[in-house]
Amino acid sequence: MSTAELHTLTGAYALHALPDDERQEFERHLGMCEACSQEVRELSATAARLGLAVSRRPGPALRDRVLSEITTVRQEPPSHGALSRSTGTGNRARRRTSFVLAACIAASAAFGGVAVWQNQVAQDARQEANRADERSEQLAQVLAAPDARTTSGTLKGGARGTVVVSRGENRAVFLTSGMEQPPAGKVYQLWFDEGGTMRSAGLMDPSAASEAVLMDGEVAGASGMGITVEPVGGSEQPTSAPLALMSLPA
Amino acid sequence: MREAVHISGAPSPGPDLQELLVLVARGDQNAFAKVYDAVCGPVLGLVRSVLRDPAQSEEVAQEVLVEVWRTAPRFQPARGSAMNWVLTLAHHRAVDRVRSAEAASAREHKAALLDRTPDFDEVSEQVETRLEREQVRRCLRTLSELQRQSVTLAYYRGLTYREVSELLSVPLGTIKTRLRDGLIRMRDCLGVNA
Repeated sequence: MSTAELHTLTGAYALHALPDDERQEFERHLGMCEACSQEVRELSATAARLGLAVSRRPGPALRDRVLSEITTVRQEPPSHGALSRSTGTGNRARRRTSFVLAACIAASAAFGGVAVWQNQVAQDARQEANRADERSEQLAQVLAAPDARTTSGTLKGGARGTVVVSRGENRAVFLTSGMEQPPAGKVYQLWFDEGGTMRSAGLMDPSAASEAVLMDGEVAGASGMGITVEPVGGSEQPTSAPLALMSLPA
Repeated sequence: MREAVHISGAPSPGPDLQELLVLVARGDQNAFAKVYDAVCGPVLGLVRSVLRDPAQSEEVAQEVLVEVWRTAPRFQPARGSAMNWVLTLAHHRAVDRVRSAEAASAREHKAALLDRTPDFDEVSEQVETRLEREQVRRCLRTLSELQRQSVTLAYYRGLTYREVSELLSVPLGTIKTRLRDGLIRMRDCLGVNA
C-alpha cells in the first residue's frame, strides 16, 4: 500500500476498523509518520467522546465483582521510558523497541526474582517478538524459556549487566542498561568463555545505551561470558581487558 | 450549523482520573474504586453498544475494568487522557469479542445493523453524561449521511471498514476516506485537542 493510501487509514485505525494485517502495516507506518501519529491521537480522543456519549451505569453487583477480582490480580510492571523512545527509522527502530521491551521485562524479572508473572512476561515478550524479525523471536524464546536462568553483575563503569541462559534453547541473551557509548572507532564485543578460550558472540549496537542482545552462536560448553572494547568490526580474539566476566548460570 | 458549545475541552473526569491512575499503578485499591466509579458507566455503555447482549456486555466490561487495574502501570499520559486510554481498551475488547468466530456466525443481518442507532435516548441521571450525549448527537448531525453511517457502524457496532463497505455497497476507498473525514469533522465540532 502506498504512503498516501496509508495516511488515509488514520480514521479507520482510530475506530479499530482495520483487519489485523492492515492494522500491523499501518502501525509500522505510524512509527515513521509524526503527522499521522498526531492525527491518530486526535481521532482516538474523538472516538472516545463517542464512547462517553453512550454511557450506561451498571448495577452494584458488577462493582463488587470487579473490586473483589482485582485483589487477586497482579499488576504489570511499568513500561520504562525506553519504551516510548523512538530512534532511527523504520524496521530498525521497531526491532530495537522490541529488544528494549524484552530487556526491560527480562531485567525486571531477573532483578525482581518474581516468578508469578514470569508467564505473562514471557507471553508479552513473545507477542512483541512476533512483530519483529526472527532474531528477536529467538531472543524472546530464550527469555521465555522455562529453564531460563540469569546472572547479574556490575560492569566496569557502573552499568548493570545480566545474562540469561537457556540450556534447552542452547542460547544466551545479554541485557544491559546504562552503558556508556564506546569510544570513537570502538564497539563492545561479547564473548563466550569456553575453559579460558574466548569465542566471539557478536557485537553490540553502539548507539544503544540499553538493550538486549541475542548472543551469536550456541552456548554449548561455555561456562562464562565476557565483554570487551574492540575496534569497529570486532576482533577474532579479545584485544583489551574485559569490562566484565560473568559465570553463566548452570 | 449551530454554534459549537464547548462545555469542556476534554471529558471532565480528566485530571483527577489521571492522578488516580498513578495511585492505582502503585497498587492502591481505594484509588481503583474511585477510578471504577468514574469509568464504569462509559465502559459498560460502549461495550453494550457493540455487543448488544446485556449478560455478555457485563462480562466484557468486567474484563476491561480488571485490565485497567492490571495494566495501569503501563498507562502513559503523554499518549492521551486516562479516559481515552480506558475507552480504547474497552472498544478493543468489545470489538475483539464481536469479531470472534463464534460471535461472527451469530452476526445480525444487514437490516438490523442499519436500523439500530446507539441508545442516545436513554434517560441518564447524570447531568455530565446528558451534556456529553447532547454534544455528540449535535455534532453527528453535522456529518454527511455517509460519514455518519460509516463512523457509527464502525465505532458503535464494531464493523471493519470492509464490512461497512459491503453493508452500504460503497467502495472501500470511499469508506476509508469517509471514516477519516467524518472523524475529523467530529473532532473539530467537539473541539477535541490531543
